[in-house]
Amino acid sequence: MYWVGSIFLLLGAVVSLLAAIGVLRLPDFFMRMHAATKAGVVGCGLVLVAVGFVDGTLATWVKIAIAIFFMLLTTPVAGHLLGRAAYVGGAPFWSGTNEDRLQDVLPRGRFKGVSLPGEPGDENAAVSQDS
Amino acid sequence: MTGELFFGWSAAVSALLLVLAMLLSGIRIVRGPHPADRVVALDMLCLLGVAAAGLAALVSGVVSFVDVALGVALIGFLATVAFAAFIERGSIGDEEF
Repeated sequence: MYWVGSIFLLLGAVVSLLAAIGVLRLPDFFMRMHAATKAGVVGCGLVLVAVGFVDGTLATWVKIAIAIFFMLLTTPVAGHLLGRAAYVGGAPFWSGTNEDRLQDVLPRGRFKGVSLPGEPGDENAAVSQDS
Repeated sequence: MTGELFFGWSAAVSALLLVLAMLLSGIRIVRGPHPADRVVALDMLCLLGVAAAGLAALVSGVVSFVDVALGVALIGFLATVAFAAFIERGSIGDEEF
């Protein structure tokens, strides 16, 4: 089963790399969270499935099933908590976001930290684009 | 090309890709800017650690590394939940309410 395991391993590594590129390159906290939570779990799951194919015993498959089930259970919970915390903590939106349905539901703080040039929350970015 | 040779090459390439992914997540941790950005990058780094433990299980042939992967996933989840609670309370970072 080395061939199947190798292909699953490569797929998992490529998906993990794509998720990391998304975490680095996407313009907004909420988009970065989307990249990290979804693609991260798929990448890990594929690598663990590769372990199952190469080893092949029942005990390993059961362990891998438990690990993947656990990740599928916990990642949405962590994602929801972190998204709520970021909204309450005032993480800036991307400039293209035009709908905020939580406006009257959750209190929204203001983020006073220094924003990076070209990223949301940076006042100079709009000025430099106009001129 | 035999299966085992292809397996060796794919393990080496995957290790390289995982290290690159860890580097990119590390850059996001350094750049921030919001504390939540750093926490989500830390969560990503934890998931990459799970993948690295799986890769270690494959390369060394020691299946116990799958248990390590499960433990790293558990600790990463707890860390993310704790940091989310701290951010929401305003204990870290410089938000105002």
